Amino acid sequence: MMTPQDRREIEALLHTYPTRQAVALEALKIVQRRQRWVSDDDLRDVAALLEMTPAELDGVATFYSQVFRQPVGEHVIRLCDSVSCWIMGEIALQERLSQLLGIRTGETTPDGRFTWLPVSCLGVCEQAPAMMLDDTLYTQLTPEDLEAIVQRYVQEGSR
Amino acid sequence: MVTIYIEGKPYQVPEDHNLLQACLSLGFDLPYFCWHPALGSAGACRQCAVKQFKDVDDTQGRIVMACMTPAAESTRISIDDPEAREFRAAVIEWLMVNHPHDCPICDEGGECHLQDMTVMSGHVNREYRFPKRTYRNQDLGPFIGHEMNRCIACYRCVRFYQDYAGGRDFNVTGARDHVYFGRFEDGPFESEFSGNLVEICPTGVFTDKTLHRHYTRKWDLQTAPSICVLCGAGCNTIPGERYGTLRRIRNRYHHEVNGYFLCDRGRYGYEFVNDERRLRQATRRARQGDHAETLSPAQAVAELAALAARRERLIGIGSPRASLEANFALRALVGAERFSTGLPAQQAGLLDLILDVLRNGPVRSPSIRDIAQADAVLVLGEDVTQVTPRVALALRQAVRQEPLRELAELHIPLWQDAGIREAIQDERGPLFIAAVHATHLDDVATLTYRAAPDDLARLGFAVAHLLDTQAPDVDDLTAEQRLIAEAIAADLQAAERPLVVTGVTHGNRALVQAAANVALALCNAERAASLACLVPESNSIGLAMMGGMNLNAALQYVQEGQADTVIILENDLHRRMETVAIASLLADRRVVVLDYLENEITQIADLFLPTATFAECSGTLVNYEGRAQRFFQVFEPAGDVRPAHRWLFEAMNTGRENDSETWEHLDTIAKTLAQAMPQFAPLLSDVPLVALGMKIPRQSPRHSGRTAIHADQDVNVPRPPQDPDSPLSFSMEGFEGQPPAALIPRYWAPGWNSVQALNKFQQEVGGPLRGGDPGQRLLEAPASPRQTYSGSAPSAFRPRAEQWLLVPIHHIFGSEPLSLLTPGIAALAPHPYLALNPADAAKLGLVEGETALLDNGNSLPVKLLPSLPQGVAGLPVGLAARESMGTYSSLRSAKRANGSAESD
Amino acid sequence: MKTERPLTQHIRADGLALNLREYEATGGYQGLRTTLQMEQHQVTKTIQDSTLWGRGGAGFGTGRKWSFVPDKDLHKRHIFPNEIVVMIEEPAVWDNALAGFTTGVKWGFMPKGEYATSPTYLVANADEMEAGVFKDRVLLEGNPHQLIEGMIIAAYAVRADTAFIFLRWAYKEAAQRIEKALAEARQANYLGEHILGTDFSLDIHLHISAGRYICGEATALLNSLEGRRPTPRAKPPHTATVGLWGRPTVVNNVETLSNVPHILRNGVDWYKALSYTAEGGTKLYGVSGRVKRPGWWELPMGTTAREIVQEHAGGMLDGYQLRGFLPGGASTDFLLAEHLDVRMDLKSVAALGSRLGTGTMIILDDKTCPVSMTANLMHFFARESCGWCTPCRDGLPWTAKVLDALEAGQGRPEDIDRLQKHAHLIGSPDSTFCPLAPGAMEPLQSALQYFAEDFQEHVRQQRCPWH
Ligand SMILES: Cc1cc2nc3c(=O)[nH]c(=O)nc-3n(C[C@H](O)[C@H](O)[C@H](O)COP(=O)(O)O)c2cc1C
Ligand code: SF4
Ligand code: FES
Repeated sequence: MMTPQDRREIEALLHTYPTRQAVALEALKIVQRRQRWVSDDDLRDVAALLEMTPAELDGVATFYSQVFRQPVGEHVIRLCDSVSCWIMGEIALQERLSQLLGIRTGETTPDGRFTWLPVSCLGVCEQAPAMMLDDTLYTQLTPEDLEAIVQRYVQEGSR
Repeated sequence: MVTIYIEGKPYQVPEDHNLLQACLSLGFDLPYFCWHPALGSAGACRQCAVKQFKDVDDTQGRIVMACMTPAAESTRISIDDPEAREFRAAVIEWLMVNHPHDCPICDEGGECHLQDMTVMSGHVNREYRFPKRTYRNQDLGPFIGHEMNRCIACYRCVRFYQDYAGGRDFNVTGARDHVYFGRFEDGPFESEFSGNLVEICPTGVFTDKTLHRHYTRKWDLQTAPSICVLCGAGCNTIPGERYGTLRRIRNRYHHEVNGYFLCDRGRYGYEFVNDERRLRQATRRARQGDHAETLSPAQAVAELAALAARRERLIGIGSPRASLEANFALRALVGAERFSTGLPAQQAGLLDLILDVLRNGPVRSPSIRDIAQADAVLVLGEDVTQVTPRVALALRQAVRQEPLRELAELHIPLWQDAGIREAIQDERGPLFIAAVHATHLDDVATLTYRAAPDDLARLGFAVAHLLDTQAPDVDDLTAEQRLIAEAIAADLQAAERPLVVTGVTHGNRALVQAAANVALALCNAERAASLACLVPESNSIGLAMMGGMNLNAALQYVQEGQADTVIILENDLHRRMETVAIASLLADRRVVVLDYLENEITQIADLFLPTATFAECSGTLVNYEGRAQRFFQVFEPAGDVRPAHRWLFEAMNTGRENDSETWEHLDTIAKTLAQAMPQFAPLLSDVPLVALGMKIPRQSPRHSGRTAIHADQDVNVPRPPQDPDSPLSFSMEGFEGQPPAALIPRYWAPGWNSVQALNKFQQEVGGPLRGGDPGQRLLEAPASPRQTYSGSAPSAFRPRAEQWLLVPIHHIFGSEPLSLLTPGIAALAPHPYLALNPADAAKLGLVEGETALLDNGNSLPVKLLPSLPQGVAGLPVGLAARESMGTYSSLRSAKRANGSAESD
Repeated sequence: MKTERPLTQHIRADGLALNLREYEATGGYQGLRTTLQMEQHQVTKTIQDSTLWGRGGAGFGTGRKWSFVPDKDLHKRHIFPNEIVVMIEEPAVWDNALAGFTTGVKWGFMPKGEYATSPTYLVANADEMEAGVFKDRVLLEGNPHQLIEGMIIAAYAVRADTAFIFLRWAYKEAAQRIEKALAEARQANYLGEHILGTDFSLDIHLHISAGRYICGEATALLNSLEGRRPTPRAKPPHTATVGLWGRPTVVNNVETLSNVPHILRNGVDWYKALSYTAEGGTKLYGVSGRVKRPGWWELPMGTTAREIVQEHAGGMLDGYQLRGFLPGGASTDFLLAEHLDVRMDLKSVAALGSRLGTGTMIILDDKTCPVSMTANLMHFFARESCGWCTPCRDGLPWTAKVLDALEAGQGRPEDIDRLQKHAHLIGSPDSTFCPLAPGAMEPLQSALQYFAEDFQEHVRQQRCPWH
């Protein structure tokens, strides 16, 4: 369910646009920020606030790669699989990540800690290969860097 | 008109067409998916590719989408160009990448646009060798099946559902090759027009669930042109039958009436024809209360003839759901002065008033197409969606007219649908809805006004007076009412084609007078104004035009002892009168009933004759507009069922042999009718129908299994049933050309097995049918119309302290009794209720769901309806039985009414 | 040697954004002051004369685009007092003050929304979602005020009073810097009411997308901004007459707009002289792939590819040879080593059958399989298709699967015909609703041409020779 805080944040944006619907994407992101994904209930609440129907809002929500309509793990790993990163060794990163977490792209670890999502170009091609872990960007990665970074998160969790 | 060149040959085409429209109208076979004549172009499917050349010297050319390219002067294109062909074949190949190729088990098979276009495009070998994506389907309610794997993503469904019909519970989700067309969650569609998805979808994603339960391929259906009998709109339909059961209803295109679309009641409300409660045998009761004994048809005719011999002791009660012919036959049998329309005085009076306005005044009665073209609308007193749904769909288009006019300077072609919608945004032309409670058109209304019927009438009078001071004025308007009236008057006056919509729901004379005055005032101000008066039944206007005693007069006539035999034609009087009145009408009289379904009156009939439903006989119905339209028998009913007019004239003939010719078949009846009553004279131009030489087959050339149907009984091929009433045969042999517009039993053309074959039957795609659209308008303004206003404003409604005004609330699913026998419709109908404004309910101490008692002892659960004015209580028509609408009743909580109805 | 680098010369070495004061110190907002002295049409004319071609990929004349915006309101909006908004008060109340009985409905006349009369919108396209492209990021992170100034000038020229920056979701750093710069600009009255004492008012809002390449297409972008499904729109109408919320709208690329202040400040002649060719100004070029110093450089328009790769990017990594390159992002045709002397401007690159696109090059080296690289590109486009039109929605995934099959050693001889067929049919200009799919076919069709042998080998050997 949408929290009062979400509602306030969304309402604060309404004046920026001539229609409520224009806030749709930002509103979904606000809700997602709190619990990492947009549940059906959230979607219904946001739709009501924006005077849209759930069907209308879902048509928007499901279009984008960064609006999650399914639960994701505590940490979302987005390993860029587009051309520059691919040239610069992204496949090796994939293999390493797979070994480390025991999952493939699009999957969540059984403990719910990591979700690994495929992602198109992150716009740092000159620093390829790149990865975004939650909101943090990592560039010029080697498999060893990747392992070290992921291990850090793994350990953080076990502490 | 402009000249375009196709394969180097010049053709004249309208300049406001795109190339696809132009090619199809010229008869070329050019495949397409996403374009639809009513929805315009989308450019999504890329199927309609042609080669366009710059000029005569350009041999290279370039691929363009025909549907996205205007037919400009001197445009040169090739459909046949090898590269264009290759492109179209490739598009089909791509569309089919994920298609399951499950035609044998798909309900669309045999009338599938995708099949047709695949063949037309020449895609024969499947080269895609990778996995297909699959989807989970949704349960979309009782009417529509969902098989998303078949989807080719042409986007027609969402464009119809959202953009055209205004539905908001269905959408496309996802992106790339994972677009999904569905609802947010399982459950029935909210739109009253969802059934059109079945015809809009070019393949088998959305299919007819009611058909599925007794499935038959299109080519095995026996079909005939018909008219929907489930409201007064008069939509044209094609019902299909197999093995004695009606299997489905499809839209039959009529340019002026329903166009491409039906409502869900009309499409799915057909199952009463197959109902177990159908009465198929004539019966007689020696004395009232006795067990009914079965009669042979001959005996039944003889019985009726014997009664009819004592003509002066008869009274005949007709029906607004029976054909003109059936009513006329009854009227002939009993004599004009002993014929009653079967309409309660209040309704009959209103219909007379409307006829008077439309026949003697300057105001035009609009077709549904006219309604869609109106550029300012005032709805006075009706919930249009629930009463005549198809008209509501037209009103949704009407609100685009004014913004469209304002866009003219942007020069966006009308068929460029997305561009037009982009430019219009959510702007809407004026649509004012003054109704007792919220309606399903409110979302597109400029302004809604909710009040008791008398106050709605006052608003109407006020508007008329503002438009023309000659029109009667209204005293004591509130400031807000005046403000609203001014807004309405200003917008109506600014329009070119203003429209007023009213109806008989409230039985309120002042309301109809007010509507008529507004329309008249607009006419007097030189506007092309029209007045649509909505009626709930398929032949209300026809019957009113025929005339006769109203039901209350009939009751009095009988009570005065002038008749001892009452003949009731297809009219469940319990829906029109209170039980006590019916009892007094029928007590100690011989009761003859002609009907097709069991009801309380058939149960007490002394003589009962089983009649044919619309699907089993032919006849003429006159819709709200005054358009007389013929429907034709689809199939031979089982048992001794006969068309009502046949029972009646056979009984007549028993006495008067030489009259037989007059009653020989439908044509001669229509002729006799037109001669006897000049108001029906236009019917003569529809006659004769039997003159084609050859009969038009009701069965397709591929109809299978004719000899096998009865093989268990008889290996001889039985002679097909004869049909004296129409130029259609119950056979697959006969006339092979394109039938006249009124007689099209199905759409088919070589290579076009789906409904889209319709293109070949139109003068130009989306235009009138070849040879002109069928039917005759019976109501036209006279050459020198009467200009006078009528009526005077009632005084303002004042809620009574302890009593509530009972008002009817219509429901598309539930208020019409025949369609209610379709299980899906029954499932979607509301439970009986008594609607109250929450403040009133609070005053009475009633909460939602609690039982309320009415004066007449009926009890109903309370439903809170905030849009309902205080002092008014709403009752669902046809569901909360027989309250006299427009009267007052006190209301009590059943809990507190000491003990009485508590056990209910 | 031409050495002026107006767009980037002030970008700090540490990569932090210039703040307002620093930007002003470089001459920032001078262009705006000049502009505000001019008539709108003069500004447009200046830009037209400057030959500033759009840097968003399509290379449309910027001044020309601005000139499409109608200077009178073609589209009559139905506003006050005809627009009546109904408010329903619940529960209904008796209102004794009025003579009659109110039905619980209160009426008010009000205009439809506060924007009903606003004439025109401007949008800075900062979506930059094409694979291999990152040049706008540099400008957004390094000098947001430059973009803002460009936007104010553009808005003035087209009479816009509201503007949006439509930002790629992944540019989180840029987002913060833009917000900060906007706040500074508002504070200094470069934005807001009566800008610098004139009667021109403008506000700019940052709108952050959620990840879809198609949102960069100008009309899809508008749908996205409106909170609708971002499928592209049909033309006509052109966005200059019917754009955001049905109003005239101009969409320009970040780099395009960042050029604008300099043109206004220094003049058309100066601007034209920056370049080596007839296409004026500088260009932000970039290189990714196996080069020594992948990165970006602002260079005179028309700098050769060789100079960019050899001198600026430091040449190939040791042990790698350049086999080919995509000159301007994922949606441009491959060129070969032999084409390295091409001048990187619209006309010259087009003459070789490719496109300048965004001017950010992706290098194919000799140890990378061109078939495999094409497959990677095709997956990107197939994934990013909006799903509206058939050739793209269903043709691209099929193409990608065929390429995968070749890679996986399951290629068949007819697969190459299939690829040729798709490249030809989907690649032709009007085959699809928008340019995404034809763009996707550019690397494919050039790969089929230039690397035909490689494709054949995949089939012949039933494996990828690089693995
Ligand atoms: C699929 C697709 C993606 C695009 N993405 C971008 C983009 O990210 N940024 C951009 O400026 N233009 C992009 N464009 C081009 C825009 O449609 C538009 O032409 C451009 O923003 C106009 O700006 P300009 O005239 O300043 O170049 C894209 C076009 C297509 C077809
Ligand atoms: S080419 Fe068609 S499907 Fe692809 S992105 Fe453009 S409009 Fe969408
Ligand atoms: S019918 Fe022309 S693109 Fe679909």
